[in-house]
Amino acid sequence: MIEMLTSQQIDTIIDAVVAEMQKQGVTAAGARMSGRAEGALSLDLADITTPAFRTRSYVEQPGKPEVLRALMQTTPARIGIGHAGPRYRNIPQLVFWADHAVTQDALFKEIDPSLLEQFNLFQVQSQASSRQEYLLRPDLGRKLSDAAVKTLQERCVKNPDVQVYAADGLSATAIEHNLRDVLPVIGQGLEQAGLKMGTPFYVKYGRVGLLNEVNVVVNARVVVCLIGERPGLGRAEAMSAYLGYRPQPDSTDADRDVVCNIFNGGTNPLEAGAYVVEYIKRMLKHQASGIRLKLIEQGEAN
Amino acid sequence: MLLRCKLFGKTYEFRDLREVMGKANEEKSGDHLAGVAASSAIERAAAKYVLSEVPLWALYENPVIPYEQDEVTRVILDAVAQNVYADIRNWTVGELREWLLDNRTTDEDIHRAQQGLTSEMIAAVAKLMSNMDLVLAASKIRVVTHANNTMGLMGTLASRNQPNHPTDDPDGIRAEIYEGLSYGSGDSVIGINPVDDSLASVQRLLDMSYKVIQDWKIPTQNCVLSHVTTQMEAMKRGSPVGLVFQSLAGSQKGNDSFGISVGMLDEAYEIAKKYAVVPGPNYMYFETGEGAELSADAHYGWDQLTLEVRCYGLAKRYAPFQVNSVVGFIGPEYLYDARQITRAGLEDHFCAKLTGISMGCDACYTNHARADQNSLENLSILLAAAGCNYFMGLPMGDDPMLSYQSNSFHDAPSLRQILRLRPLPEFEAWLVELGLWDKDKLQLTDRAGDATLFVR
Repeated sequence: MIEMLTSQQIDTIIDAVVAEMQKQGVTAAGARMSGRAEGALSLDLADITTPAFRTRSYVEQPGKPEVLRALMQTTPARIGIGHAGPRYRNIPQLVFWADHAVTQDALFKEIDPSLLEQFNLFQVQSQASSRQEYLLRPDLGRKLSDAAVKTLQERCVKNPDVQVYAADGLSATAIEHNLRDVLPVIGQGLEQAGLKMGTPFYVKYGRVGLLNEVNVVVNARVVVCLIGERPGLGRAEAMSAYLGYRPQPDSTDADRDVVCNIFNGGTNPLEAGAYVVEYIKRMLKHQASGIRLKLIEQGEAN
Repeated sequence: MLLRCKLFGKTYEFRDLREVMGKANEEKSGDHLAGVAASSAIERAAAKYVLSEVPLWALYENPVIPYEQDEVTRVILDAVAQNVYADIRNWTVGELREWLLDNRTTDEDIHRAQQGLTSEMIAAVAKLMSNMDLVLAASKIRVVTHANNTMGLMGTLASRNQPNHPTDDPDGIRAEIYEGLSYGSGDSVIGINPVDDSLASVQRLLDMSYKVIQDWKIPTQNCVLSHVTTQMEAMKRGSPVGLVFQSLAGSQKGNDSFGISVGMLDEAYEIAKKYAVVPGPNYMYFETGEGAELSADAHYGWDQLTLEVRCYGLAKRYAPFQVNSVVGFIGPEYLYDARQITRAGLEDHFCAKLTGISMGCDACYTNHARADQNSLENLSILLAAAGCNYFMGLPMGDDPMLSYQSNSFHDAPSLRQILRLRPLPEFEAWLVELGLWDKDKLQLTDRAGDATLFVR
């Protein structure tokens, strides 16, 4: 886009960036630039989404700089960001835009086909025909398309102990980030426990409630859905695992359990795989999930 | 009941008022989801035309749910002043619209008329209003309340300090409170959404936030937005509660899904009057949002705006210090994009002011809605022009606990500066005393934005 700016605009931007860097002493942190002469523009800027830029104070001359640093360490909220008049300073604003951008891109992203190939996952689709329809009609995301039912009938092992599948939900990016770690752990854990795992697959435009319909076809004892969570600002990689014991067409959230916030930095994906296997064993032992499982286990504890 | 009109030579006929009300709405994804939206733009125009000629008595006599079957309906209809209603019952919805917009109609006139209005009438007239109509009409209606300070006076704009934290860490929440105060956010309330709704957790946050208020003699109030029963228990045990909070729905069945009833709210209000640590006479804080009833399958085939306005009719029973809709929180299946969220925000504010309650707005969006910070800034400028009582204030508008975006600590001072508005008077004096606010220039001073001011 740089070509579209006038040289005067470029100068203005450069002046602002230089002033910003001088104020912040950013140059030493790695933001670099050279060649201010017209026709020789060369910008090579540091990654402002890194912790070095996120944890820095942007308050001009705070009364107690060391206190401000301590306050900022107590919360992930965006404090200590300073102001230009009553508005934001440049760097915090640019970081915010970048954060919002990754959440938006995650929401509308399609899964990387090579990931599906790697795990030999075939793809089916819910009744939602587009991302927009998926967002507008949650009910369609909970139903399998006719083609999907047919494909599952043809390709899936029936009556397994455990059926595991993945769905994009609100972030295919989350599946890309975590599936490589989570799926093998679950597979190995089930094998060690002597449990028969069904044929895994991937659902496009899927919501959690779809696992009821999946089980109408495969008739598993436990169904596990790995699904992308709604992206937080700047964080699109969080995945959840929803589990249900013998899901029926009318099963609800109260009948399910969930391991949420799975990503490096939240619930570690390898550990999450182990949690999922533990949940499965408990569900099979008590022949229950969700609130019923909780009540049964509480009863045992008392 | 015959409800029919012609446009471009074609006849449009509607079965009942419910169908007219649904189809007369500006387009919203939630009304499509409920199957009550107009199927075309011209059908919407026809429904508006028919609605404009519907007399108010017809809406009075056809509430969303019959009187005998729903306690929210009973609250709304029992509050109608029959003498006022008798004067206006034969007005059409269209006449009500023109009367509200008429330059001869004063704030006082509207305050009298609102005693004869039901939520269904108020929702109906909003459907005949353009966005600028909604801004203009709302700007005429002041609703002033008082807890520790005075909300809603002409020329003032407040900001809720919303210092949420993903693990309820009191140190982190306190740091965010300081940051917000340093920008002049906190005059509506210091209101924390807890992750952990348990009594011990809520009491801990009440104690911490109240101590900040006491230590710095801040003319404001605290609130921890847990379930109302938890706050009632905390008050009984002596915890310092400024405002008592609850989310509301517009039908009894919807409130069932929130685990509340009119009886429970009555009790909470009585306890608040007795134990809340503010002088009052207003003690309550409610949140609402279009679509909540549909998501609980408690909408009875009505549109989401009409059910939303019924929340305000219920809220009015408790003379709340403040109410806001959380307008973009519910997600794109109810309000799809910036245009729909903006429209709903303007409707909610107008309808609440016409109901007679102190209305603010959580102008916000989730990350799966087609909206962004620009669109919520636009909405907040429109609402501030409409006389909205308050907005949220969050660190850079980003809530790391609820994972959505709303107004920033920076937005209230910006709106005050743009539109020549002041913080609430008692709070403004406090800001001036601390050297954070220039009351002549109506802008922040150079000292603002430094949270360390509050660390001794």
